[in-house]
Amino acid sequence: MSVTQTPAPPRSGTPTWLLGLGPLLLILAAIGAFAALGGPGLGERRGPPAEELVVERTVLKPGTIALTVRNDGPDAVTIAQAQVNDAFVQFTGPDGPIGRLKSAVVTVRQPWIEGEAYEVVLLTSTGGTIAHEIAVAVETPENDASFFGLMALLGVYVGVIPIALGMLWLPWLRSVPPAALRTIMALTIGLLTFLAIDATLEGFELAGEGAQSFGGAALVPVGAVTAFLLLSGVSSWLTQRHRAAQAAGASGATLALLVAVGIGLHNLGEGVAIGAAYAGGALALGAFLVVGFAIHNTTEGLAVVAPVAHLRPSLRRLALLGVIAGAPAVLGAWIGAAAFNASLAAFLFGFGAGAIAQVIVQLAPSLRDEEGRILHPMAVTGLLAGMALMLATGLLVSI
Amino acid sequence: MARLTRRRLLAGSAVVAGTLPILHSTIPHSHPWEHEAQASEGGGHGGHAADTLHDGHASFADGKTVDHMGNGFDPHELLRDFDWGRTHRTASGRVVREWTLTALDKEIEVAPGVSFAAWTYNGRIPGPTLRCREGERLRITFHNGSTHPHTIHFHGIHPAEMDGVPGIGAGQIEPGGHTVYEFDALPAGLHLYHCHVRPLAEHIAKGLYGAFIVDPREGRPEADELVMVMNGFDTNFDRANELYAANTIPFAYMHTPIAVQRDAPLRVYLVNVLEYDLINSFHLHGNLFDYYPTGTGARPSELTDTVMLCQGQRGILEWRFPHAGRYMFHAHQSEFTELGWQGFFEVSG
Repeated sequence: MSVTQTPAPPRSGTPTWLLGLGPLLLILAAIGAFAALGGPGLGERRGPPAEELVVERTVLKPGTIALTVRNDGPDAVTIAQAQVNDAFVQFTGPDGPIGRLKSAVVTVRQPWIEGEAYEVVLLTSTGGTIAHEIAVAVETPENDASFFGLMALLGVYVGVIPIALGMLWLPWLRSVPPAALRTIMALTIGLLTFLAIDATLEGFELAGEGAQSFGGAALVPVGAVTAFLLLSGVSSWLTQRHRAAQAAGASGATLALLVAVGIGLHNLGEGVAIGAAYAGGALALGAFLVVGFAIHNTTEGLAVVAPVAHLRPSLRRLALLGVIAGAPAVLGAWIGAAAFNASLAAFLFGFGAGAIAQVIVQLAPSLRDEEGRILHPMAVTGLLAGMALMLATGLLVSI
Repeated sequence: MARLTRRRLLAGSAVVAGTLPILHSTIPHSHPWEHEAQASEGGGHGGHAADTLHDGHASFADGKTVDHMGNGFDPHELLRDFDWGRTHRTASGRVVREWTLTALDKEIEVAPGVSFAAWTYNGRIPGPTLRCREGERLRITFHNGSTHPHTIHFHGIHPAEMDGVPGIGAGQIEPGGHTVYEFDALPAGLHLYHCHVRPLAEHIAKGLYGAFIVDPREGRPEADELVMVMNGFDTNFDRANELYAANTIPFAYMHTPIAVQRDAPLRVYLVNVLEYDLINSFHLHGNLFDYYPTGTGARPSELTDTVMLCQGQRGILEWRFPHAGRYMFHAHQSEFTELGWQGFFEVSG
């Protein structure tokens, strides 16, 4: 072992590695003995076993409904029988108990009718029931090439194109005076603030649906802090590199990249939500929705280009920024439609919110006016206008 | 042609039932099924293959069955299991009939793979079908082997202190305690017994009930007699039933139909003890039956194929199958039906 190479401290005869490792070994031995003896003195659990199953995924095919369930409780759960809408049904599922945190697929035979509501009830060996509501029955799309193509198109419609359109404001941004630009930057921050709040709340909602053992609501702030720290690290690394080069306006380019990454992470979460809603039949793919998203996300394009308004970025660079900000919507739609998991989605939403928060921190200094104030009247106006704009355009796309 | 015949025969039957009630049990009389048998060409049709029995019906998952041996009772045996008790005669020549009932806490497999912490009389649900003759002296010794207080409350005519309710007579019997309920077998009819300790709904829903039959002094005509106690189980304690059945085990008579003979007189003692739901019902396929509410009258109240009963209501059903084949019977609340309360008669001969 390499630790043995550590020189022993001169004062003591005991090697340092032993001092460090000793308690750890003792702890492991104590835990092992406690477990081996079955928790001496604690006795039986009080009360009947707590049975908790979370339905993570519902797949409807003609004549069948398949539920992916995960055991979210402390005890193993055995599914004995299944009902659909107050009638016992034939089903296939796990033969034995589902262990803690383990998942299983239960497929019930039911001649379900499109557009109707169903309640699937799983009756456990103790007589407990786990009910799962299907608000609107609609066939789950096959995960084939044409479906992935459709999801990609959806991602392009709601993510890439609107952002590209928003970036067309760049020439106009170049010609506005610095004070107006500061207001536009404030508007951008307002937009982002709304997105962060929205993503956080949506994340909490999803976390409530997922298995609580995986962290539940904690996944959202954990995701947010993770994203914030990661982006802060990337940001300081980029700044260091650019400082070495001392290129004029490097911080603007860095900012634009960070904004693009932040918005991209947000769109990843948004794509997951859209894909899952589409696969679950809760989303009607209408022109109205696509137009709504276009207007909503066009403002994100403005946010990407605002920091580089005073620079002359190449078209390639702009295209790259647009792709970074918009393309994750495609990836998200794939994940959401093919392998939706509420806990993962909650984490992604938190991650997106954290990324945006980091971007806001980065952008804030650019609001500074000649007197060094950040929250000057024009900035406050821009911030509020940005949030109002998002709120208003959000009405077009509420899923 | 066939429809005309049926209508005429039904009308004829109603006249007979209405004008000759007293003679119902002694004089041969006309019933629609008898004429139907004559009218039919060559009788009924064969059954289905056993393994496809419940195809198209609600059912438990294939390949899983309730362990009747483990439960200690089989709904097919309960059907024709009448407990006449032990008898002796007093000096005056009167028959004294005695039973011993013990309340026991017991895990019952109420559906394949689903266990239920039940409260039982003598380890079975429903409890023994106590059967006696009108006017006999009945003596029921009750031991409470459960961990909760219980009683036996009989329906019928008896003194207040024999009513099996808390605070009157022996009142509620504590765990380990016992008492004797003693009264005359009155009136003739189909009755029931159940625990009457609060919370009442729980004490009934957990399984403390049974049928109590008092035969008329002159007896009833020979028939293939069956007992069906309509019940249900609230396995998740939400005061609504997850399972419905006649004689406890849902779908038991779907998986193995009740075997009966063509043209043989059938008599079903039907008792509803279902808790939590306001009503229950019994519906017979391919036939109609004479219905005697509470079994107290000599004349049927109607010729029907569906009766509705609230909790505690009961009645006697009499009919014959003129055709061989498989006939469903079930609650005519589709929800109850598909949650277990359905079965088949397999008519042979």
